[in-house]
Amino acid sequence: MASKFTRSNRVGWSMAGPAAVLMAIFVVLPFIFAIGLSFTNQRLISPNPTQFVGLANYEQLLGVGVLTLEPERDAAGAAVRDDAGALAYPSLRSFTRNNDQYPQYDGMREWFSFDIGENRVFVLGRDIVFLKALINTVIFVLIVAPVQGGLALGLALLINQKLRGINLFRAIYFMPVVVSIVVVSLLWRFIYDGNSGLLNNLLGAATFGAFPRIDWLGNPGTALGSIIAMSIWQAVGFHMVIWLSGLQTISPTLYEAAAIEGASPWQTFRYVTWPGLRNTAVLVLIVITMQAFSLFSQIDVMTGGGPLDSTQTIVFQAVERGYGKQDISGGSTISVVLFVIVLSISFIQRWLTREKT
Amino acid sequence: MAAITSDNHGLRLAARYAVLVLIAVIFIFPLIFMLMSSLKPDQQLLTDTESLRAFLPVGDISLDNYFAAFRRAPVGLFVFNSVLVTGLTVLLSLVVCSLAAFAFVFVDWRGRELVLTLILATLIVPFETIAIPLLLISANLPWIGLEGVTRGWLNSYQVQIVPFVADGLTIFLFVQYFKDLPGELIEAARVEGASWWQIYRRVVMPLAGPVLATAAILKFLAMYNQYLWPLMVVQQERYRPVMVGLQYFFQLNRAWGEIMAYLSLITVPVLAFYLFLQRAFIASIASTGVKG
Repeated sequence: MASKFTRSNRVGWSMAGPAAVLMAIFVVLPFIFAIGLSFTNQRLISPNPTQFVGLANYEQLLGVGVLTLEPERDAAGAAVRDDAGALAYPSLRSFTRNNDQYPQYDGMREWFSFDIGENRVFVLGRDIVFLKALINTVIFVLIVAPVQGGLALGLALLINQKLRGINLFRAIYFMPVVVSIVVVSLLWRFIYDGNSGLLNNLLGAATFGAFPRIDWLGNPGTALGSIIAMSIWQAVGFHMVIWLSGLQTISPTLYEAAAIEGASPWQTFRYVTWPGLRNTAVLVLIVITMQAFSLFSQIDVMTGGGPLDSTQTIVFQAVERGYGKQDISGGSTISVVLFVIVLSISFIQRWLTREKT
Repeated sequence: MAAITSDNHGLRLAARYAVLVLIAVIFIFPLIFMLMSSLKPDQQLLTDTESLRAFLPVGDISLDNYFAAFRRAPVGLFVFNSVLVTGLTVLLSLVVCSLAAFAFVFVDWRGRELVLTLILATLIVPFETIAIPLLLISANLPWIGLEGVTRGWLNSYQVQIVPFVADGLTIFLFVQYFKDLPGELIEAARVEGASWWQIYRRVVMPLAGPVLATAAILKFLAMYNQYLWPLMVVQQERYRPVMVGLQYFFQLNRAWGEIMAYLSLITVPVLAFYLFLQRAFIASIASTGVKG
């Protein structure tokens, strides 16, 4: 289409210039900086000059090791057991602190451990908090992406019916989307409260007091799950609307044909609706995944990463280091790791869908 | 299959509505709770959570919490800051991004393809991944103001506005919309000797109402609800927006009434705006779905 119009470099650049310059300074430059800074020891304000440190930040962040320990044995070679019958193992610290034989474990701490026979396998990491944050974020994404996407599709199908007043319901389902996630998080702190929380009161009333009161956000076992449920509640309306716009592109004649053939509701969905939604499905999944990996505000308002690091996330860690501790290079390194993850996932999703079509 | 009698047809209809209403309750109850609680004294607010009274304006109802919130924090200033930052960013972004999109779609210039590709590629860069280096850049940028040239943008209005004026999504929305405009209109105007600027102002922008509304709504929501960025770059009360102002109320575990009043205060105008322009809001989200 370019040939249709007169060529004018001056006009083109002066019109697109402001946007191009702004995006260069505030998006492209920080992006390049993030990569560059992750190889340095830059701090926000520092009297010392910045130094190039190579991959040290990445090694510090992602360094993991596996150490298998045999139980302590007595002179006869039998494993030593304590009074409770548990096996005794050599102290981990003797391997991770100043042990010249095992320099690769130096400075590492225990992440988790499991037993194989009499031996205990220790998985060690240099930066346990970040590794926990990484795992929490992945769990968050793995649950939120399918559940939120699926619920949003269900709502879209429900809202796509021709009923009087359906627009009112659509408006209500969408409402949490326009409310700030910060406001929503603070509200839900009240719902999840251990004493007078609405959720505890509701569960108590429904079970006639049989359900024990739970401090949903103060308990390492329930905190992340609570934040997942709230996040889905807040954003599901957004994706409902995207599914809805996908549904409306499917030709009504296909549904008429299905009705004439006597297709059941499930068959209609399986063979008419779903194939027509493939592109929408990819989009919804990519958008949810990208949003979910960026999880920050909920954590900052509701738990601050606790209890016991059970709600640490990648972005929360990046901010805590880059801003809280003014460790710009540490925060940038985490940012780059996050970007690599997001980029690989969107490539994988694109590749998977390209194969099928 | 059993014949559908009018009876079980009515029953089915009732069941459908029951499902719709039940789901609506799930989405709306926290917001009703927020509004109702903002009107109650703390003691009553807490005891009311044990029954459905939590969702009803009953008992000792007053606006006291709102007055208390205003006394605790400079709420008026926070609202002013948010409105200023959001309003200016929306306006500037509409102008800057529509101009750029116009150049991408209608003008032929060297570098056009490359620049457009780069801008669209930024769509997969989440803001969170560039926030930290952007903080470093912002801390060192020069600014020419009333006090002459200063260095460092932290604690200012511009640090909350300028980085968000141009963004990939807004430019993308304008590009998509302009591509669907009839090219003959622009050609006719060229033949009549109109300059590019005249075509932009007199021909294209008057036709851009729907995309302007879409872009404005999306930008408004993103800016008004911003949290991470102002949290990092604004420490001085003078420049704080409403979402960061919330921190004044974080620690107060006993003053829930005040918190609810503040939350209602910063949320209700947006909700009212949304309900008023509901179709436009939903259409704007739906139009981001054409990305694929």
